[in-house]
Amino acid sequence: MTLERSLTAEGVTLGYGDRTIVDSLDLSLPPGKVTAIVGANACGKSTLLKAMARLLSPTTGQVLLDGKAIHRMPTKQVARVLGLLPQSPVAPDGIAVSDLVSRGRHPHQGALSRWTRTDDDAVARALDATDTAHLADRHVDQLSGGQRQRVWIAMALAQETDVLLLDEPTTFLDISHQIDVLDLLTDLNRERGTTVAMVLHDLNLAARYADHLVAMAEGRIVAAGDPAEVLTEETVEEVFGLRSRVVADPLTGRPMIVPIGRHHTVVDEPATAR
Amino acid sequence: MTTSLTRPGALASAAPDTLASVVSGRRRRRRRWAAVTGTLAALVVVAFVLSLMLGQTFYTPAEVWGVVTGQRVAGASFTVGELRLPRAMTALLTGLCFGMGGVVFQTMLRNALASPDVIGINTGASAAAVIGIVVLGWGETAVSFLAMAAALIAALAIYLLSYRDGSSGARLILVGIGVAAMCQAVVSYVVARAAQYDLPAAMRWITGNLNDATWDRALPVLFAVLVLGPVLLVLSGRLEILRMGDDTAAAIGLPVERSRLLLIVAAVGLLAFGTAAAGPIAFVSFLAGPIAVRLLGPVGSPILPAGLVGALLVLVADYVAQYAFGTRLPVGVITGVLGAPYLIFLLIRSSRSEGTSL
Repeated sequence: MTLERSLTAEGVTLGYGDRTIVDSLDLSLPPGKVTAIVGANACGKSTLLKAMARLLSPTTGQVLLDGKAIHRMPTKQVARVLGLLPQSPVAPDGIAVSDLVSRGRHPHQGALSRWTRTDDDAVARALDATDTAHLADRHVDQLSGGQRQRVWIAMALAQETDVLLLDEPTTFLDISHQIDVLDLLTDLNRERGTTVAMVLHDLNLAARYADHLVAMAEGRIVAAGDPAEVLTEETVEEVFGLRSRVVADPLTGRPMIVPIGRHHTVVDEPATAR
Repeated sequence: MTTSLTRPGALASAAPDTLASVVSGRRRRRRRWAAVTGTLAALVVVAFVLSLMLGQTFYTPAEVWGVVTGQRVAGASFTVGELRLPRAMTALLTGLCFGMGGVVFQTMLRNALASPDVIGINTGASAAAVIGIVVLGWGETAVSFLAMAAALIAALAIYLLSYRDGSSGARLILVGIGVAAMCQAVVSYVVARAAQYDLPAAMRWITGNLNDATWDRALPVLFAVLVLGPVLLVLSGRLEILRMGDDTAAAIGLPVERSRLLLIVAAVGLLAFGTAAAGPIAFVSFLAGPIAVRLLGPVGSPILPAGLVGALLVLVADYVAQYAFGTRLPVGVITGVLGAPYLIFLLIRSSRSEGTSL
């Protein structure tokens, strides 16, 4: 079982050059839970995730990992605790799948310590968990988009961190693979207690899989908490500028968004009759 | 059929088959790297020894060995000890420098065209060296350090001039070609104004030449290879992680900026000392990396194999330049003839947008 880690942003202001994208924002990831961050394009959710993973230094405020300023900790030490899967990672040309996944072990290797059985085992488990073991000797650039995404997730799993951040882990995947990835992350959370935080585009999947939902708009947090409380018609309108109906997911009872387009007639009463 | 693609329970323990394939894949990659690198090293040794034995006069391995171990051997002591040995050493060492330094840039910028001899880093070193020798009249070691400073400045200038919202590879290459042309103009100007008796030495800076190789000139580059070579080999693991892109590299715990800076300084140092010793031998950096990567496949670091390919290229090209044409040509003429078609091929391929990555 993993230790419960706390990851918190305190009044962080983030941007590139002169452009401020996120302005003095506070965020705390509940330890041992699955958090989903949702929001419109360019609302700063990926930027926030990068800052939480110490890839971007805040101009004001700080990110704390277990109470310590993450940007001042040795980066390899952070990488043993905190993993990040970027939005569109690049694989070196011609690299084999098992070689790429093995690189997730980098933070566990010292300058002098050799590759051990533990490392092999972690790589094998990551391949098995993502069902990419049969691809182990293939070249990453020969894989389909869905296979490639699973291989990248395997690399992040091989890192064996207590906290895992993922920037849109379900892009490029068809619906069944999206469900597979989210199921896998749920397994990871339940079996190992890994704290998971991910940026997701699909509101319904976010509501289905997240314990904690963060809705962002224009660089600030509009609402955060239980998906049932956060995902309201008002929040969806504020965050996405989209009118919608929120109904109960027939399978789980969690909120489910039914978007209303210009061509759809709005029935005043929520549909109750079958 | 609706099977879940992820295997339940896999997080707890790996299937034995998977573990076996991970282990065998890792061993296979390591063996391949060792086999390719070992073969290249053996070829370099053979080329080195042959270039000591062969020439206008043939010397047996026993005679060559005698000279190397410091005995007096009639005839061979001068020809091998004072002419062939410093020349072969300089060829070997500059080849190592150009190959290792070049592949660092090509790998880091993910583009074979981003070779230091294409983007003006070698030419920068060359311009400084020619000024040091012809204008300032400095000695070999001082000139080497001047060349290194100039190469670092050239690298920095190229980086700053091409920097806009994160450095883009294509812009950096174009700016680099401009910097190379400018430095080449400086070289031509200084050589044109050089005194008659300086001309043979100064000509070295135009194409790269080993015809006047001496022990004096070989020593600084030997020092550079002994110091910076191991540094680069220690950093080779970091270069491999950098190939995964800055974000992933940082996420798995690599100090990205510091690693990049260390790699650049070590690579530029090797390139500058190599250039100071033999001039900008055309296209050695440019060819060595891609050849090494082609031989190696995607297994392990290409730094040492590229250095060995570079050494082999310079040794063989210099031998051809000396004896194949009746007159002693500068080695850069031969490597230039080899490299130019590859450059044209890459430019055509890049304009067809098939990419020029290693």
